[in-house]
Amino acid sequence: MKIHLTINGIPVEVEAGTSVLEAARQAGVRIPTLCYHPDLKPFGSCGLCVCKQEGSAKILRACATPCAEGMKIITHDSELYEVRKTIIELTMSTHPTSCLTCVRNNKCELQKLAIEYGIREQPFKPRLRDRVVDDSTHIITLDPYKCIKCGRCVQVCQELQGVYALEFIGRGDSTTMSPAANLPLNQSPCIKCGQCITHCPVGAIYEQDDVSLMMKAISDPDKIVAVQMAPSVRVAIGEEFGMEPGEITTGKLYTALRRLGIDYVFDTNFGADLTIMEEASELVERIKDGGVLPQFTSCCPGWVNYVEEYYPELLDNLSTAKSPMMMQGAITKTYWAKKIGVDPAKIYSVAIMPCTAKKDEIRRPMNASDYKDVDVVLTTRELGRIISQYGIDFKNLEESEVDSPIGEYTGAATIFGVTGGVMEAAVRSAYKFVTGSELENVEVSPVRGMQEVKKGTVDFNGTPVRVAVVHGMANAKEILEEVKEAKLKGERAPYEFIEIMACRGGCIAGGGQPIGTDDEVRAKRTKGLYSDDEKCTLRRSHENPSIIKLYDDFLEKPLSHKAHETLHTSYKPQKVYKDEE
Amino acid sequence: MSQNLFSEELNAFVDEWKDKPGNLIMVLHRVQQEIGYISREAADEVSRRLNIPLAKIWGVVTFYHFFKLNKPGKYNIQVCLGTACYLKGGDIIIEELGKQKGLNVGGLTEDGKFSLEAVRCVGCCGLAPVMTIAGEVFGKVTKDQVAGILDKFS
Repeated sequence: MKIHLTINGIPVEVEAGTSVLEAARQAGVRIPTLCYHPDLKPFGSCGLCVCKQEGSAKILRACATPCAEGMKIITHDSELYEVRKTIIELTMSTHPTSCLTCVRNNKCELQKLAIEYGIREQPFKPRLRDRVVDDSTHIITLDPYKCIKCGRCVQVCQELQGVYALEFIGRGDSTTMSPAANLPLNQSPCIKCGQCITHCPVGAIYEQDDVSLMMKAISDPDKIVAVQMAPSVRVAIGEEFGMEPGEITTGKLYTALRRLGIDYVFDTNFGADLTIMEEASELVERIKDGGVLPQFTSCCPGWVNYVEEYYPELLDNLSTAKSPMMMQGAITKTYWAKKIGVDPAKIYSVAIMPCTAKKDEIRRPMNASDYKDVDVVLTTRELGRIISQYGIDFKNLEESEVDSPIGEYTGAATIFGVTGGVMEAAVRSAYKFVTGSELENVEVSPVRGMQEVKKGTVDFNGTPVRVAVVHGMANAKEILEEVKEAKLKGERAPYEFIEIMACRGGCIAGGGQPIGTDDEVRAKRTKGLYSDDEKCTLRRSHENPSIIKLYDDFLEKPLSHKAHETLHTSYKPQKVYKDEE
Repeated sequence: MSQNLFSEELNAFVDEWKDKPGNLIMVLHRVQQEIGYISREAADEVSRRLNIPLAKIWGVVTFYHFFKLNKPGKYNIQVCLGTACYLKGGDIIIEELGKQKGLNVGGLTEDGKFSLEAVRCVGCCGLAPVMTIAGEVFGKVTKDQVAGILDKFS
């Protein structure tokens, strides 16, 4: 049903159920918000989106008011200006004004509003309570001094992710967004996905900055610094330099990384092709030998944390294949170190990731060379900062090629960054491993798109393989319960392979990506990765000549003893609350 | 462990309310009634039994002043600071309790015997200022009477 209304006299036609806020957007009017986020249900805590309706004395909140037929909405006038200005001033009275030293300087929604509303002085006396900054994880820092209590992080953590690390604790102005039982974040159920960071309107939650660790290694003459970058970084980092989301910046990134002084530039996409070789072979083996099924993907460290905490009985369903990042790191310090005749102790392995949970993943005991597979993880945002600091004109940078022989990639690898991508890449290769012939149409449409849970059957030349793809951690619950219930009964849920990614949309919208991610941005970054795939002449991981050579020279074949030693890992249950015995 | 944490009656109550909407507050009330406060262990047990994340429970118990997170003393002292009691010197009683027993609002004596909380109106303003100890009400309390009243509870 269509509903007709006017916004500041502009006629708009919207679907029933559309909010006044959204209708205004369609009319080309932006109503200011602080607590509202398009990923989340309207919460109505900030009160900035107040509007008037002609003929009514009531002031309404545009985010939480559905449009009604014949409404005449006024979004901006002098009275609303005064109301909003007061809200901003009141919010500022409990928020530090130390913008210059804030990680979100220039990317802060409160700061933008203060500019727009011409706030030049603080009429309300600042009232900053004593708080405790929680940097216990050394990955995600909670800075309650800056918190404006919009509630987005709590909503993201509970409703989008189903993790329940954060909650409103206390009441009134002593409220904090923190874990239960006065526990620090590192003892909470936090899976380190970082979605709280990307949804925070201000600088109250941010990643630990590890740039200096990389720069120290670069300036150490005894270290050889090798870098890799995840697929999703290349379609997002441009946003930090005024480019459009989704623009593919692979060649520029290679150049920028070299300009920072990095010795060798590789690509996580090579690791992704390798992951497919192992993970698809593992799937085929599980199907053939009656192994534990369905097999879950294991690339996403947020998901791995989640399953270890909440579904420890399903750990043997998880593929033992390391993630592309860890595989790339492992191969760098084993195969490649040997190839160039360098002691792996001298190699410093850097990974640029769209993800904060990747900073957690490298703490797991994965040391194929006896040294850490990956030494440091920087998020897309951290890399963006150091590129700017080094005065590199990223937008106009010339492109360069990746270093051989552990950098080349196929189209299958680059789509790892989008929901359904790992599944699609695995299908492209598993088909070949099972049937002996190539999958003609490499585009596996049932696993594409933004639907939260995607299910489908892929026909492997007569053998149906039932697959499911889930993104957004909370959406996994239903399917995990289904698998668990079947397992407890000694049965098997009706799937062979399930891909799970913690973040909505996949890694393209990870917790380490540029601030300002919503579904529009997700769609653009996704399109970028699919077009990167289409541009590749080789679109199946097993066709990557460097991968073929790696197996010939070093690993023998997928799932070989050597491959297991180098590229596979194990999992163990974690307590939901780490302080419990 | 969980078997002994809650009494049989409390367990039966939890089972009765397990699937009813709005059960959390009801159950937490009964838990506090029985144990005297909401301990971490009790909150964990409620979380498990009602299938509600611990974070949600902590959000509720820290929102409502009614719920206590710390173990109360053997005798819990409530001093009224409602309008009438406040005007009649409720704060002086609190001050005196501090002198006598080293008690602060929200605190507990070292021997675990007395705890102190400030409350808003216990419903007998005519007796202001009012204090209660372990449920027994004392009205028109003066500073000098405090020590004598406390002696009754040793």
